[in-house]
Amino acid sequence: MGNIAAVTDADFEAEVLKSDKPVLVDFWAEWCGPCRQVAPILEELAGEHSDKMGFFKLNVDENPTTPSNYRVTGIPTLNVYQGGEVVKSIVGAKPKAALLRELEEFLG
Amino acid sequence: MSDTIRNVIIIGSGPSGYTAAVYAARASLTPLVFEGSVTAGGALMNTTEVENFPGFRDGIMGPALMDEMRAQAERFGAELVADDVVEVDLTGDIKAVRTATAEHRARAVILATGSGYRKLGLPNEDTLSGRGVSWCATCDGFFFRDQNIAVVGGGDSAVEEATFLTRFGSKVTLIHRRDELRASKIMAERAFADPKLEIIWNAEVASINGSESLESLTLRDTVTGEQSELPVTGLFIAVGHDPRSELLKGQVDLDENGYVVVEHPSTRTNLPGVFAAGDLVDHHYRQAVTAAGTGCAAALDAERYLAELDHAEAAAAAVTA
Repeated sequence: MGNIAAVTDADFEAEVLKSDKPVLVDFWAEWCGPCRQVAPILEELAGEHSDKMGFFKLNVDENPTTPSNYRVTGIPTLNVYQGGEVVKSIVGAKPKAALLRELEEFLG
Repeated sequence: MSDTIRNVIIIGSGPSGYTAAVYAARASLTPLVFEGSVTAGGALMNTTEVENFPGFRDGIMGPALMDEMRAQAERFGAELVADDVVEVDLTGDIKAVRTATAEHRARAVILATGSGYRKLGLPNEDTLSGRGVSWCATCDGFFFRDQNIAVVGGGDSAVEEATFLTRFGSKVTLIHRRDELRASKIMAERAFADPKLEIIWNAEVASINGSESLESLTLRDTVTGEQSELPVTGLFIAVGHDPRSELLKGQVDLDENGYVVVEHPSTRTNLPGVFAAGDLVDHHYRQAVTAAGTGCAAALDAERYLAELDHAEAAAAAVTA
Protein backbone atom coordinates (compact mmCIF):
# COMPACT_ATOMS: atom_id res chain seq x y z
CA MET A 1 0.00 0.00 0.00
CA GLY A 2 1.21 3.46 -0.61
CA ASN A 3 0.92 4.36 -4.29
CA ILE A 4 -2.41 6.09 -3.76
CA ALA A 5 -2.72 9.24 -1.67
CA ALA A 6 -5.92 10.21 0.12
CA VAL A 7 -7.88 13.20 -1.09
CA THR A 8 -10.49 15.02 1.02
CA ASP A 9 -13.44 17.33 0.49
CA ALA A 10 -11.08 20.20 1.35
CA ASP A 11 -8.37 19.55 -1.23
CA PHE A 12 -10.47 17.81 -3.91
CA GLU A 13 -10.53 20.89 -6.13
CA ALA A 14 -6.79 21.53 -5.95
CA GLU A 15 -5.69 17.90 -6.27
CA VAL A 16 -8.28 16.56 -8.69
CA LEU A 17 -10.22 19.24 -10.54
CA LYS A 18 -7.18 21.45 -11.23
CA SER A 19 -4.83 18.61 -12.15
CA ASP A 20 -3.10 18.79 -15.56
CA LYS A 21 -3.26 15.01 -15.92
CA PRO A 22 -6.42 12.88 -15.84
CA VAL A 23 -7.07 11.74 -12.27
CA LEU A 24 -8.77 8.58 -11.04
CA VAL A 25 -10.57 8.87 -7.70
CA ASP A 26 -11.53 5.72 -5.80
CA PHE A 27 -14.60 6.40 -3.62
CA TRP A 28 -14.35 3.86 -0.80
CA ALA A 29 -15.12 3.09 2.83
CA GLU A 30 -13.74 0.85 5.54
CA TRP A 31 -16.95 -1.22 5.72
CA CYS A 32 -17.15 -1.97 1.99
CA GLY A 33 -15.90 -5.47 1.13
CA PRO A 34 -15.63 -4.98 -2.64
CA CYS A 35 -13.62 -1.78 -1.99
CA ARG A 36 -11.10 -3.85 -0.07
CA GLN A 37 -11.07 -6.42 -2.86
CA VAL A 38 -10.30 -3.89 -5.61
CA ALA A 39 -7.79 -1.81 -3.59
CA PRO A 40 -4.69 -3.93 -4.38
CA ILE A 41 -5.49 -3.77 -8.10
CA LEU A 42 -5.68 0.02 -7.96
CA GLU A 43 -2.39 0.10 -6.09
CA GLU A 44 -0.81 -1.90 -8.92
CA LEU A 45 -2.29 0.37 -11.59
CA ALA A 46 -1.05 3.43 -9.73
CA GLY A 47 2.42 1.89 -9.45
CA GLU A 48 2.52 1.18 -13.16
CA HIS A 49 0.83 4.24 -14.65
CA SER A 50 1.38 7.22 -12.34
CA ASP A 51 3.22 9.03 -15.16
CA LYS A 52 0.03 9.24 -17.24
CA MET A 53 -2.64 9.50 -14.62
CA GLY A 54 -3.10 10.70 -11.05
CA PHE A 55 -4.56 8.24 -8.50
CA PHE A 56 -6.40 9.22 -5.33
CA LYS A 57 -8.75 7.60 -2.85
CA LEU A 58 -11.57 9.40 -1.09
CA ASN A 59 -13.10 8.02 2.10
CA VAL A 60 -16.85 8.61 1.79
CA ASP A 61 -17.41 8.35 5.55
CA GLU A 62 -15.04 11.19 6.32
CA ASN A 63 -15.84 13.25 3.21
CA PRO A 64 -19.59 13.40 2.54
CA THR A 65 -19.65 16.47 0.25
CA THR A 66 -17.73 15.23 -2.77
CA PRO A 67 -19.63 11.92 -3.19
CA SER A 68 -22.90 13.79 -2.87
CA ASN A 69 -21.80 16.41 -5.46
CA TYR A 70 -21.03 13.64 -7.92
CA ARG A 71 -24.11 11.59 -7.01
CA VAL A 72 -22.09 8.59 -5.97
CA THR A 73 -24.61 6.02 -4.70
CA GLY A 74 -22.54 2.87 -4.76
CA ILE A 75 -18.99 1.99 -3.87
CA PRO A 76 -16.46 1.29 -5.03
CA THR A 77 -17.00 4.01 -7.66
CA LEU A 78 -13.97 4.93 -9.74
CA ASN A 79 -14.39 8.34 -11.36
CA VAL A 80 -11.90 9.74 -13.85
CA TYR A 81 -11.67 13.56 -13.88
CA GLN A 82 -10.13 15.51 -16.73
CA GLY A 83 -10.20 19.30 -16.98
CA GLY A 84 -12.42 19.45 -13.91
CA GLU A 85 -15.13 17.18 -15.35
CA VAL A 86 -16.06 13.53 -14.82
CA VAL A 87 -15.13 11.80 -18.08
CA LYS A 88 -15.54 8.21 -16.93
CA SER A 89 -17.34 6.45 -14.10
CA ILE A 90 -16.78 2.81 -13.24
CA VAL A 91 -19.04 1.27 -10.60
CA GLY A 92 -18.12 -1.90 -8.72
CA ALA A 93 -14.96 -3.93 -8.26
CA LYS A 94 -13.57 -5.21 -11.57
CA PRO A 95 -10.56 -7.37 -12.46
CA LYS A 96 -7.36 -5.65 -13.53
CA ALA A 97 -7.73 -6.57 -17.20
CA ALA A 98 -11.24 -5.07 -17.29
CA LEU A 99 -10.06 -1.86 -15.59
CA LEU A 100 -7.16 -1.57 -18.03
CA ARG A 101 -9.64 -1.83 -20.91
CA GLU A 102 -11.90 0.83 -19.38
CA LEU A 103 -8.96 3.15 -18.75
CA GLU A 104 -7.17 2.49 -22.05
CA GLU A 105 -7.88 5.97 -23.47
CA PHE A 106 -6.12 7.60 -20.51
CA LEU A 107 -3.24 5.16 -20.09
CA GLY A 108 -2.41 5.07 -23.82
CA MET B 1 3.56 -22.99 -18.29
CA SER B 2 4.88 -24.21 -14.99
CA ASP B 3 6.66 -27.58 -15.11
CA THR B 4 5.71 -28.51 -11.57
CA ILE B 5 2.78 -30.82 -11.12
CA ARG B 6 1.04 -29.87 -7.92
CA ASN B 7 -0.85 -32.14 -5.60
CA VAL B 8 -3.93 -29.99 -5.49
CA ILE B 9 -5.27 -26.74 -6.88
CA ILE B 10 -8.21 -25.06 -5.16
CA ILE B 11 -10.36 -22.68 -7.21
CA GLY B 12 -12.31 -20.26 -5.04
CA SER B 13 -11.80 -18.45 -1.77
CA GLY B 14 -14.96 -18.32 0.28
CA PRO B 15 -15.38 -20.37 3.46
CA SER B 16 -15.22 -23.61 1.44
CA GLY B 17 -12.09 -22.71 -0.56
CA TYR B 18 -10.16 -21.43 2.45
CA THR B 19 -11.22 -24.34 4.67
CA ALA B 20 -10.14 -26.80 1.97
CA ALA B 21 -6.86 -24.87 1.85
CA VAL B 22 -6.35 -25.11 5.63
CA TYR B 23 -6.92 -28.89 5.59
CA ALA B 24 -4.87 -29.54 2.44
CA ALA B 25 -2.01 -27.39 3.72
CA ARG B 26 -1.98 -29.13 7.11
CA ALA B 27 -1.81 -32.44 5.23
CA SER B 28 1.39 -31.13 3.55
CA LEU B 29 -0.24 -31.04 0.12
CA THR B 30 0.95 -27.41 -0.43
CA PRO B 31 -2.24 -26.36 -2.21
CA LEU B 32 -2.30 -23.56 -4.76
CA VAL B 33 -5.42 -21.45 -4.25
CA PHE B 34 -6.89 -19.18 -6.91
CA GLU B 35 -8.78 -16.58 -4.90
CA GLY B 36 -10.08 -14.53 -7.83
CA SER B 37 -8.81 -11.03 -8.62
CA VAL B 38 -11.82 -9.15 -7.20
CA THR B 39 -13.75 -11.94 -5.52
CA ALA B 40 -11.24 -12.97 -2.83
CA GLY B 41 -13.09 -13.85 0.35
CA GLY B 42 -16.30 -14.68 -1.50
CA ALA B 43 -19.86 -13.69 -0.68
CA LEU B 44 -19.17 -12.93 2.99
CA MET B 45 -17.13 -9.92 1.88
CA ASN B 46 -20.46 -8.20 1.15
CA THR B 47 -21.96 -8.83 4.56
CA THR B 48 -21.69 -7.11 7.90
CA GLU B 49 -22.17 -9.01 11.13
CA VAL B 50 -22.14 -12.82 10.93
CA GLU B 51 -23.99 -13.95 14.04
CA ASN B 52 -24.18 -17.68 13.42
CA PHE B 53 -20.63 -18.83 12.78
CA PRO B 54 -19.77 -21.09 15.72
CA GLY B 55 -16.99 -19.89 17.97
CA PHE B 56 -17.80 -16.18 17.72
CA ARG B 57 -20.38 -15.66 20.43
CA ASP B 58 -20.53 -11.89 19.88
CA GLY B 59 -20.60 -12.23 16.10
CA ILE B 60 -17.87 -11.27 13.68
CA MET B 61 -17.84 -9.04 10.60
CA GLY B 62 -17.94 -11.04 7.35
CA PRO B 63 -14.74 -9.54 5.88
CA ALA B 64 -12.93 -10.03 9.21
CA LEU B 65 -13.96 -13.70 9.31
CA MET B 66 -12.60 -14.17 5.80
CA ASP B 67 -9.33 -12.42 6.70
CA GLU B 68 -8.95 -14.92 9.55
CA MET B 69 -9.62 -17.95 7.34
CA ARG B 70 -7.20 -16.65 4.73
CA ALA B 71 -4.45 -16.07 7.29
CA GLN B 72 -5.04 -19.52 8.76
CA ALA B 73 -4.63 -21.16 5.32
CA GLU B 74 -1.49 -19.15 4.66
CA ARG B 75 -0.01 -20.04 8.05
CA PHE B 76 0.04 -23.73 7.11
CA GLY B 77 1.65 -23.11 3.73
CA ALA B 78 -1.20 -22.66 1.26
CA GLU B 79 -0.07 -20.60 -1.70
CA LEU B 80 -2.69 -17.93 -2.37
CA VAL B 81 -2.97 -16.22 -5.75
CA ALA B 82 -5.32 -13.26 -6.32
CA ASP B 83 -6.06 -14.12 -9.93
CA ASP B 84 -8.99 -15.40 -11.99
CA VAL B 85 -9.10 -18.83 -13.57
CA VAL B 86 -10.22 -18.44 -17.18
CA GLU B 87 -10.09 -22.05 -18.40
CA VAL B 88 -9.78 -25.55 -16.98
CA ASP B 89 -9.05 -28.97 -18.42
CA LEU B 90 -10.06 -31.47 -15.76
CA THR B 91 -10.71 -34.65 -17.73
CA GLY B 92 -7.19 -36.17 -17.73
CA ASP B 93 -5.07 -37.61 -14.92
CA ILE B 94 -3.19 -34.32 -14.82
CA LYS B 95 -5.56 -31.35 -14.54
CA ALA B 96 -4.74 -28.01 -16.15
CA VAL B 97 -5.93 -24.70 -14.70
CA ARG B 98 -5.27 -21.54 -16.71
CA THR B 99 -5.25 -17.88 -15.79
CA ALA B 100 -4.87 -15.10 -18.38
CA THR B 101 -1.09 -15.39 -18.10
CA ALA B 102 -0.13 -18.91 -16.96
CA GLU B 103 -1.04 -22.58 -16.88
CA HIS B 104 -0.82 -24.60 -13.69
CA ARG B 105 -1.12 -28.37 -13.38
CA ALA B 106 -2.15 -30.65 -10.54
CA ARG B 107 -3.22 -34.22 -9.81
CA ALA B 108 -6.36 -33.08 -8.01
CA VAL B 109 -8.60 -30.02 -8.15
CA ILE B 110 -11.12 -28.71 -5.62
CA LEU B 111 -13.84 -26.52 -7.10
CA ALA B 112 -15.22 -23.89 -4.71
CA THR B 113 -16.25 -20.97 -6.89
CA GLY B 114 -19.52 -20.36 -5.07
CA SER B 115 -22.40 -18.45 -6.55
CA GLY B 116 -23.09 -14.97 -7.88
CA TYR B 117 -26.13 -12.78 -7.34
CA ARG B 118 -29.00 -13.12 -9.76
CA LYS B 119 -30.33 -10.20 -11.76
CA LEU B 120 -33.97 -9.38 -12.38
CA GLY B 121 -33.30 -9.20 -16.12
CA LEU B 122 -35.07 -5.88 -16.62
CA PRO B 123 -34.06 -3.03 -18.92
CA ASN B 124 -32.38 -0.22 -16.91
CA GLU B 125 -31.11 -2.68 -14.31
CA ASP B 126 -27.52 -2.35 -15.56
CA THR B 127 -27.63 1.30 -16.67
CA LEU B 128 -28.94 2.41 -13.27
CA SER B 129 -26.50 0.20 -11.37
CA GLY B 130 -24.56 2.62 -9.15
CA ARG B 131 -27.33 5.15 -9.85
CA GLY B 132 -29.77 3.72 -7.34
CA VAL B 133 -29.78 0.03 -8.24
CA SER B 134 -27.53 -2.14 -6.09
CA TRP B 135 -26.84 -5.73 -5.01
CA CYS B 136 -24.89 -4.84 -1.88
CA ALA B 137 -26.76 -3.20 0.99
CA THR B 138 -23.69 -3.07 3.19
CA CYS B 139 -21.74 -1.22 0.47
CA ASP B 140 -24.36 1.19 -0.73
CA GLY B 141 -27.05 1.57 1.96
CA PHE B 142 -25.07 4.49 3.41
CA PHE B 143 -25.87 6.63 0.36
CA PHE B 144 -29.64 6.40 0.85
CA ARG B 145 -29.93 8.16 4.18
CA ASP B 146 -33.47 9.50 4.70
CA GLN B 147 -34.61 8.23 1.31
CA ASN B 148 -37.20 5.69 0.20
CA ILE B 149 -35.62 2.31 -0.44
CA ALA B 150 -37.04 -0.88 -1.92
CA VAL B 151 -35.68 -4.40 -1.53
CA VAL B 152 -36.86 -7.17 -3.83
CA GLY B 153 -36.78 -10.80 -2.66
CA GLY B 154 -38.13 -12.95 0.15
CA GLY B 155 -35.27 -15.10 1.42
CA ASP B 156 -32.86 -14.58 4.30
CA SER B 157 -30.59 -12.24 2.39
CA ALA B 158 -33.48 -10.02 1.21
CA VAL B 159 -34.91 -9.75 4.72
CA GLU B 160 -31.48 -9.20 6.24
CA GLU B 161 -30.76 -6.42 3.73
CA ALA B 162 -34.15 -4.79 4.29
CA THR B 163 -33.67 -4.84 8.06
CA PHE B 164 -30.14 -3.47 7.71
CA LEU B 165 -31.31 -0.69 5.38
CA THR B 166 -33.84 0.65 7.90
CA ARG B 167 -30.91 2.23 9.75
CA PHE B 168 -30.40 4.53 6.74
CA GLY B 169 -33.66 4.89 4.82
CA SER B 170 -36.69 6.89 5.90
CA LYS B 171 -38.73 3.90 4.78
CA VAL B 172 -37.86 0.47 3.41
CA THR B 173 -40.32 -1.50 1.29
CA LEU B 174 -39.74 -5.21 0.84
CA ILE B 175 -41.28 -6.50 -2.37
CA HIS B 176 -42.02 -10.20 -2.44
CA ARG B 177 -43.78 -12.16 -5.14
CA ARG B 178 -45.45 -14.61 -2.73
CA ASP B 179 -47.65 -14.17 0.33
CA GLU B 180 -45.12 -15.51 2.81
CA LEU B 181 -41.39 -15.15 3.33
CA ARG B 182 -38.87 -17.91 2.65
CA ALA B 183 -36.61 -16.35 5.25
CA SER B 184 -35.90 -18.04 8.57
CA LYS B 185 -38.28 -17.33 11.44
CA ILE B 186 -35.89 -15.17 13.42
CA MET B 187 -35.19 -12.96 10.38
CA ALA B 188 -38.88 -12.69 9.45
CA GLU B 189 -39.86 -11.75 13.00
CA ARG B 190 -37.24 -9.03 13.04
CA ALA B 191 -38.69 -7.68 9.79
CA PHE B 192 -42.30 -7.76 11.04
CA ALA B 193 -41.29 -5.93 14.22
CA ASP B 194 -39.48 -3.15 12.38
CA PRO B 195 -41.62 0.03 12.20
CA LYS B 196 -39.69 1.41 9.21
CA LEU B 197 -40.17 -1.73 7.13
CA GLU B 198 -43.24 -2.38 5.03
CA ILE B 199 -43.82 -5.55 3.05
CA ILE B 200 -45.72 -5.60 -0.23
CA TRP B 201 -46.89 -9.18 -0.77
CA ASN B 202 -47.67 -10.84 -4.11
CA ALA B 203 -45.81 -8.26 -6.13
CA GLU B 204 -42.99 -8.26 -8.66
CA VAL B 205 -40.98 -5.48 -10.27
CA ALA B 206 -42.32 -4.87 -13.79
CA SER B 207 -39.99 -1.99 -14.61
CA ILE B 208 -37.21 0.13 -13.15
CA ASN B 209 -37.80 3.79 -13.98
CA GLY B 210 -35.45 6.76 -14.16
CA SER B 211 -33.07 8.40 -16.63
CA GLU B 212 -30.11 9.86 -14.71
CA SER B 213 -30.87 7.94 -11.55
CA LEU B 214 -33.56 5.68 -10.12
CA GLU B 215 -36.90 7.45 -9.62
CA SER B 216 -39.52 4.75 -9.21
CA LEU B 217 -40.52 1.14 -9.73
CA THR B 218 -43.58 -0.17 -11.49
CA LEU B 219 -44.93 -3.12 -9.52
CA ARG B 220 -47.23 -5.82 -10.85
CA ASP B 221 -49.54 -7.72 -8.51
CA THR B 222 -48.85 -11.42 -9.10
CA VAL B 223 -52.48 -12.33 -8.32
CA THR B 224 -54.55 -9.59 -9.99
CA GLY B 225 -52.00 -8.36 -12.56
CA GLU B 226 -52.74 -4.81 -11.45
CA GLN B 227 -49.87 -2.33 -11.79
CA SER B 228 -48.81 0.36 -9.35
CA GLU B 229 -46.06 2.91 -9.00
CA LEU B 230 -43.61 2.96 -6.05
CA PRO B 231 -41.42 6.08 -5.81
CA VAL B 232 -37.95 5.04 -4.54
CA THR B 233 -34.40 6.28 -5.07
CA GLY B 234 -32.77 3.03 -4.01
CA LEU B 235 -33.43 -0.54 -5.13
CA PHE B 236 -31.58 -3.49 -3.63
CA ILE B 237 -31.94 -6.75 -5.51
CA ALA B 238 -31.77 -9.99 -3.48
CA VAL B 239 -33.61 -12.54 -5.60
CA GLY B 240 -31.17 -15.38 -5.18
CA HIS B 241 -27.97 -16.70 -6.62
CA ASP B 242 -26.69 -18.76 -9.51
CA PRO B 243 -23.74 -21.14 -9.22
CA ARG B 244 -20.55 -19.91 -10.84
CA SER B 245 -20.03 -23.05 -12.93
CA GLU B 246 -19.60 -21.51 -16.40
CA LEU B 247 -15.97 -22.69 -16.63
CA LEU B 248 -16.92 -26.29 -15.91
CA LYS B 249 -19.56 -26.83 -18.61
CA GLY B 250 -18.96 -29.88 -20.78
CA GLN B 251 -16.51 -31.41 -18.28
CA VAL B 252 -18.06 -31.67 -14.85
CA ASP B 253 -21.64 -32.94 -14.49
CA LEU B 254 -24.01 -30.11 -13.56
CA ASP B 255 -27.68 -30.27 -12.61
CA GLU B 256 -30.38 -28.40 -14.55
CA ASN B 257 -29.69 -25.24 -12.53
CA GLY B 258 -25.94 -25.36 -13.08
CA TYR B 259 -24.93 -26.72 -9.66
CA VAL B 260 -22.12 -29.28 -9.63
CA VAL B 261 -23.38 -32.81 -8.99
CA VAL B 262 -21.39 -34.73 -6.36
CA GLU B 263 -21.63 -38.28 -5.01
CA HIS B 264 -23.13 -37.47 -1.63
CA PRO B 265 -22.00 -37.74 1.11
CA SER B 266 -18.59 -37.36 -0.55
CA THR B 267 -17.52 -34.33 -2.59
CA ARG B 268 -16.49 -36.43 -5.62
CA THR B 269 -17.67 -35.19 -9.02
CA ASN B 270 -18.03 -37.38 -12.10
CA LEU B 271 -14.32 -36.79 -12.84
CA PRO B 272 -11.69 -38.70 -10.83
CA GLY B 273 -9.55 -36.27 -8.82
CA VAL B 274 -12.06 -33.42 -9.10
CA PHE B 275 -13.98 -32.45 -5.97
CA ALA B 276 -16.52 -29.70 -5.35
CA ALA B 277 -17.70 -27.86 -2.25
CA GLY B 278 -19.66 -24.91 -0.95
CA ASP B 279 -22.38 -22.92 -2.72
CA LEU B 280 -21.24 -24.26 -6.08
CA VAL B 281 -22.84 -27.55 -4.99
CA ASP B 282 -25.26 -26.63 -2.24
CA HIS B 283 -28.43 -24.69 -3.07
CA HIS B 284 -30.18 -25.89 0.05
CA TYR B 285 -28.28 -24.83 3.18
CA ARG B 286 -25.98 -22.13 1.76
CA GLN B 287 -24.38 -21.20 5.09
CA ALA B 288 -20.82 -20.13 5.81
CA VAL B 289 -20.43 -23.05 8.19
CA THR B 290 -21.84 -25.65 5.78
CA ALA B 291 -19.59 -24.31 3.04
CA ALA B 292 -16.62 -24.60 5.39
CA GLY B 293 -17.76 -28.13 6.27
CA THR B 294 -17.88 -29.32 2.67
CA GLY B 295 -14.57 -27.55 1.97
CA CYS B 296 -13.04 -29.67 4.72
CA ALA B 297 -14.63 -32.81 3.25
CA ALA B 298 -13.27 -31.97 -0.22
CA ALA B 299 -9.74 -31.61 1.14
CA LEU B 300 -10.02 -34.97 2.96
CA ASP B 301 -11.43 -36.61 -0.19
CA ALA B 302 -8.58 -35.16 -2.27
CA GLU B 303 -6.01 -36.29 0.30
CA ARG B 304 -7.36 -39.85 0.19
CA TYR B 305 -7.48 -39.82 -3.63
CA LEU B 306 -3.83 -38.72 -3.81
CA ALA B 307 -2.77 -41.34 -1.26
CA GLU B 308 -4.47 -44.07 -3.33
CA LEU B 309 -2.75 -42.81 -6.48
CA ASP B 310 0.63 -42.91 -4.71
CA HIS B 311 -0.09 -46.37 -3.42
CA ALA B 312 -1.09 -47.65 -6.90
CA GLU B 313 2.02 -46.10 -8.46
CA ALA B 314 4.27 -47.64 -5.81
CA ALA B 315 2.65 -51.05 -6.36
CA ALA B 316 3.09 -50.75 -10.15
CA ALA B 317 6.75 -49.77 -9.68
CA ALA B 318 7.29 -52.78 -7.40
CA VAL B 319 5.85 -55.13 -10.04
CA THR B 320 8.09 -53.80 -12.86
CA ALA B 321 11.19 -53.74 -10.61
